[in-house]
This record gives sequence, C-alpha cells and structure tokens, in this order.
Amino acid sequence: MSKLRKLTDKIKPTFSKGGKLSFLHSTFEAFESFLFVPDTVTKKGVHVRDSVDLKRVMTVVMIALVPSLLFGIYNIGYQHNLAANAGMEFWEMVWFGFLKILPLYLVSYIVGLGIEFASAQLRGHEVNEGYLVTGLIIPLIIPVTTPLWMLTLAVAFAVIIGKEIFGGTGMNVWNPALLARAFLFFAYPSHISGDEVWVAGVDGFSGATPLAQTSEGLSSLHYSVSDMFFGFIPGSVGETSTLAILLGAAILIYTGIGSWKIMLSTVAGGLVMGLIANLAAPSADCAMAIPAWYHLIMGGFAFGAVFMATDPVTSAQTESGKWIYGFLIGVLAVIIRIFNPGYPEGMMLAILLMNTFAPLIDHIVVGRNIKRRLKRAKTV
Amino acid sequence: MSEQIRLKKGLDLPVKGAALRKISMTVVPDIVALKPTDFRNLIPRMLIKEGDVVKAGTPVFADKKNPDILFTSPVSGTVDAIVRGEKRKLLEVRIKSDNSGAAVKFNVPTGFFLDRENVIKALLESGLWPCIKQRPYGTIADPSVTPKAIFISAMATAPLAAELEYVLEEEFEALQTGLTVLGKLTEGGVHLSLNARNYISGNFHKFEGVICHYFSGPHPAGNVGVQINHISPISKGETVWTVDLFLVAAIGKLFLKGVYDTSRIIAVAGPAVVNPSYVRCCAGIAMEQISDLFNFAHGNIRIISGDLLSGKTVGREGFLGFYDNLVTALPEGDYHEMFGWAKPFRLKKFSSSRTYFSRLTPRKKYNMDTNTNGGERAFVLSDVYGKVLPMDIYPVYLFKAILAGNIEKMENFGIYEIIEEDVALCEFVCPSKIEIQSIVSEGIELMIKEMS
Repeated sequence: MSKLRKLTDKIKPTFSKGGKLSFLHSTFEAFESFLFVPDTVTKKGVHVRDSVDLKRVMTVVMIALVPSLLFGIYNIGYQHNLAANAGMEFWEMVWFGFLKILPLYLVSYIVGLGIEFASAQLRGHEVNEGYLVTGLIIPLIIPVTTPLWMLTLAVAFAVIIGKEIFGGTGMNVWNPALLARAFLFFAYPSHISGDEVWVAGVDGFSGATPLAQTSEGLSSLHYSVSDMFFGFIPGSVGETSTLAILLGAAILIYTGIGSWKIMLSTVAGGLVMGLIANLAAPSADCAMAIPAWYHLIMGGFAFGAVFMATDPVTSAQTESGKWIYGFLIGVLAVIIRIFNPGYPEGMMLAILLMNTFAPLIDHIVVGRNIKRRLKRAKTV
Repeated sequence: MSEQIRLKKGLDLPVKGAALRKISMTVVPDIVALKPTDFRNLIPRMLIKEGDVVKAGTPVFADKKNPDILFTSPVSGTVDAIVRGEKRKLLEVRIKSDNSGAAVKFNVPTGFFLDRENVIKALLESGLWPCIKQRPYGTIADPSVTPKAIFISAMATAPLAAELEYVLEEEFEALQTGLTVLGKLTEGGVHLSLNARNYISGNFHKFEGVICHYFSGPHPAGNVGVQINHISPISKGETVWTVDLFLVAAIGKLFLKGVYDTSRIIAVAGPAVVNPSYVRCCAGIAMEQISDLFNFAHGNIRIISGDLLSGKTVGREGFLGFYDNLVTALPEGDYHEMFGWAKPFRLKKFSSSRTYFSRLTPRKKYNMDTNTNGGERAFVLSDVYGKVLPMDIYPVYLFKAILAGNIEKMENFGIYEIIEEDVALCEFVCPSKIEIQSIVSEGIELMIKEMS
C-alpha cells in the first residue's frame, strides 16, 4: 500500500461522521475519490459493475476539448501579434495566450468548484465531476478580454441558478456553461459582443469576427475560408478553429459520449436553413446570401454543435428526439444569425432555447411509444 | 423452423471461469434450506416445527394468502432449525437430511384424468407449484387465474449460466412430460424459445406439443421476459406464466414417478472458483458442501446463488436458491485503486463503453470483482441503457416514473413487462452507478400494493 493511501486512511476518521472536521466530509470524499477509485463494493442488484464512471466520462470530454483549448491559446497570441504588429515568434504567441487565459481558468475553477463543493457539503452529497467540464468550457466560449469580476458573477450565476437550485448535475435544464455566457451577454453586452473585445492586449483595436462582417453581406468578409476553417480569426477563445473542434468531435463520437445524431442533425439544420435563406435572398450581397456552409465554420456553430448541444443532461434524451432537437438548433442558430441585426451569433440562444424545449420533444416521442405499445397486436 | 428473432441490443459479459462440461462432484445433501425469501411477496405460514421428521415432499410452510400453495421439503430428515431475522421474519428452514430416500408418494393424474384441475392439484400438493411464476411482477402464479400462455426459455445467456443442453441431457423424457402437463394449464399454448444458433445440436427442438421460437443475440436474449416482449407482449390486465426449463424437468419427474424430486445439475463458476464445472445436487444445498470448489486464496470472495447480474449473495454459510442452477463466486473488490479512473488503459478491467479499450480485445476474459468502480451520481448519460435492453421500452423514463411513484406512468412505460433480471444489464453499464434493479423492485412492490 502506498504512503499516500496510508496517510489518507490515517486522516479519514477526522473527516468521517463524528470526526472533528466532519463538516468537510464531501470535500474529503471528493479528494479521496479523485486520488483513488473508492473501495466500495456492490451491495444490492448486480454484483459486477462496468469500469466506466462519470469521472471517466468527464475526462474524455475534457480530452476532446484539448485541441480547441490549445489552438485557442495560440490564437490569442496570434491575433494580438497581428493587431499590434509585435513580430512575435510562435512560442511567444503561445506564452502570451497562456498568460491571458490562465486568470480566466483560475476564476472559472475557483469560483465554480467552490460553489460546487459548498453545495455538495450542504446537501451531504458527493461532489459531482460535472463542473470540471463546464469550467473548462466557459473560458473557451467568451472573449479573452472579459473582465474577471464579470466572469466571477457569470460563473456563480451559472452554477447556482443554472444547476444547484435544480439539484446539481443531471437535474439542470440549461447547459451551465452557456448560461454563464448568456448572463454576460445580457448583463454586459458591450463586453461580449461588438468588434473590440476579441483581441487581447491592444486597446480599441477593431477586430471584427467573420460573423460581424458577413451581417452586411459576403463582400464585407475579409477572411479566407481556410483561415476560418483552421481558426486564424478573432472570436471566442475555443470556437475559432473548426479543425480542432472536429478532432474533439471524433473523440466524442468514437467513445459514444457525444451523440453523433445531435451533431449531424445540427449541421443538417444549419445547412437547410442556410440554403433556404440563400434561395430567398433579395440580393447577392446581403446576410441571407452567405453560402449556407459558411455558417458551419463561422462563429460558435461548430463548437456549439459538438460540445454544447450534445450535453447529455440538457439535450433530448430519446434517440428520435435527438434528431429533431439537433435539427432545430441548427435552423434556429442560422435564423438568428441572419435575421437578427443586433446580434450576429445565434448558436448560444438556439441551444438554450432548445434546451428548454428538449423535454417537450421527448414527451412527444415517448407519448408515441406509449400509444404504439397500447396498440400492439395481440398475437397469442 | 419459424422465423428467427434476432436481437442486437445487449451484452455478453466476458467474465472468466465458465464451467467446463464435466461433473466434478456429487453432493450427498447434509443440511438443506428452504428460503421464503426466494419468492417475491411471499408471507409464509409455518406448518412444522423444529425436530419434526419430514420426507421429501412433506409440506414445510404455506403461502398465508393462498394456503393451497405449499412449499415442501426437498429431502427426508428432521427439521434442524427455523431461522428468523428482524421482526421475526422467517428467513430459512433448515432440514438435516438422513439420506434415507423416504418420499411422499403423490397420486398424479394420467391419461384421461390429466386435465387442468387435476394438474394444478398435483402441483400444489407436491410443492412444485412455486416453480410457475407469473408476469407481470415475477411472483408465484395464482392457480385461480388462467394465463394467456406459458413461456419457457431454453436459452441461457446470463453470464456463466449453466448450459441447459448439458445439464438436461438425461432429462428428455421428464421434460417432455413436464411440457405436456403445463400445456393443460393454458389455452394459449406452451411457448419454448430456443437458441437459433445451436438448437440443432441439442434435443430441445424435438419436443412435441409446444410452440417453438428461435432467438439469437447477446444477453438478455435468453431472458424469458425479453422473449415474451417479442413473441406476445403483456398488456395491462393480461397474465402469462413462466417456468425455468430445469424446473419443468422436476415437474415431469413428479408426473412420471409420483415423487417430489429436486435433483439437479448446477454449474459452479466464476473467477474465484478453482475448477469451474458442474455439480450434481438437489435444491437448497449448503454452500459449505461445495466449498472445496471455491478459491479462498483471493482473500475475500463473494458467493452468489444465481448469476453475477441478478443472483443473491449467500456467502459460505448460505444455501442454493429455489430457482437457481448456478453458483457464482468472485473476489470482492474492496480495494482502493490510485487514479484508477484516470489511467488510460487499465487493461485488466472490462468496460462496455469505448472510454476504455476493452472493445478492441473482444475475446479477452476478465477477472471481474465486485468493486463499483465509482461513486453514485444522478442519471447523466441517457443512451447507455437502451443499448442493453432489447425491448420497445424507454428504460430511463420507466425508472424515473418508479422513483416518482407515478403508477399511471409506470404502466405506460412498461412495468408489466419487466422484472429485475431484464434490466440488470442497464445497471451494469450505468456510469452513474445507480441501483436500477432495486428501483424496479420498489416499482413492482408498489404496483402489487396499489393494484390488489
């Protein structure tokens, strides 16, 4: 037995019921089960259990996010270099990006996990690992220049209102990370949209995202398709590189943790709506005329489709419901992008809206199953 | 051969220690036990007391709600102990066998007299009636009800299950008699489900007077509940009966010989078994009598009457269950594994999910243990359960309806069609480590209470 295990066993009674620090029981349990798979054995029901648990599931999602994170860090430096004409080397850009994103992560995790631990403690539950993913996503979907105090408020809002009041991970209606973003968007709109928030370290620099540019029509777009696909564009930290997101999607689909049905139907919905808009476009140079597939590589569409729409808790739970849910997200996202001049990005609102309606979709799908089962032929 | 029903959903657990086709031991019963806890919802009424002398077939206790349903001694001997638990709940009646072979001789109907009424009477008297379970709920059948049909699975897919073709090799005549007798109990026929892959090599397709169905697929394709769902699903208000095939042989022997004969061949299997093989014994034998087969070198081991998914922990001092022809032993998983969940490979651990790599080595067998491999959480992943339940049911909705105690929703989502064993795999794969079979038990208990 390792020394660490011995130490853990030695201090365990202090945190157990009746111990001096028993009010920190959940916290101790969280750290212990982080270090060691618990020694609990099955009691009732099955005698053996699959070796997968939620920690493993969340770990895989975090791994899937790594390509987007790494590219995002680099892109922060890259955009800064471009704007400031600083002549930075590759590693300088990465270091710059790292220093910019580190405080965002510190705030995201310290605030978010702090609230998670406190509420688990209050309820006497085990600490859920769900926030490890949420906390990794939040800095990826906001501008890198977001003030830390705003982020603090947003995270607190998302965790308390978005999750804990419903009973924690598994019970929430809306994706907590998106709620954090929505909070920022509605409370401090000037800090999360517009042209001046996307590039770090250069005050007043106007670095419009492709979405902002195309709201006027295709001729205003100053980025090439390859820049948009590979991600050398301004935008929220993790959303810019479609390639990095596709790597994550491959991991999620292979492991079966992200639903390929939702990803595919979201893309299909976006394309269909984009094509309809193309057909109805009054002129060749307006928002409606942007080629449908541009929507997939601009803004947060890809990131939302892969990492946010597929959140197993807030998405549709039934398999046929997932098709409808994803398709409508794609459609709504493109509608909002094209027809809402005030705010060029539609993915966040589309997903939050469909999060709200997912239970309704499931209700209809399940209702059909009930009817079918009642009608079943009585063969014997 | 009629149409084959191919089931794709499910999972065969790759666990080490499947029994080899050989009889390694013949157990001469010493102390055997009859356990009221083997029967769902049974309130027993004792008919004998400690020290009484019994024969094989002497009634030991009866069902308080239906005193015609008797439970009889599997051996001759004396009542050794009546074991009670909390609130004087009757747990076991232990009978010390004298191995004299003395047996109650029952008058069984034959030929012209072999009708429903006489068959029921003979089964009730002999103590074989409890072999017949009803769906919904998996309780002992109510003799006053005429079932829609009777379903029997001749396909064992549970992990490490005894091979039915092997253990019933010598019982063809008894099985045929049992099936004929059961046919008298229903108008809807006796439905026998065979394994589409290999039935041709056995005898089971040669039975007369039964309706054969052919299934293929991973566990739980062999569960009779799953088969019923595909042959003739149970709707509200309907009742069907099910019997385990090896118990059909016991019924057959009653009608052939006029005695209560529970001799059976059981499999003793699992990662903590020295020599996984078959044992000739009778109902209710003590685990102590086969303890030579267990490998205590593993440290703590768990001994289960039944399979790894739905069996009951009985321990070394326990006894074989009434409905079981399998004893499984495996190591307890009471150890801490450092950063277990974070290790990329963990090649000695099995997972059906692709977050591990065991999918890449489909032939590998694993030394499974009882560790839960994680702590309990709320339902998070929604699509893992349906993948191991080959029925037209939304499992998570059913479980949540049960948790909410909503009778109407439970009915709508299919509570009549499942019992614990049918959703056992859902519990195995659950990454949130929820005790799904316990939830279903609660649901069934609630239904029985509310519907009676």
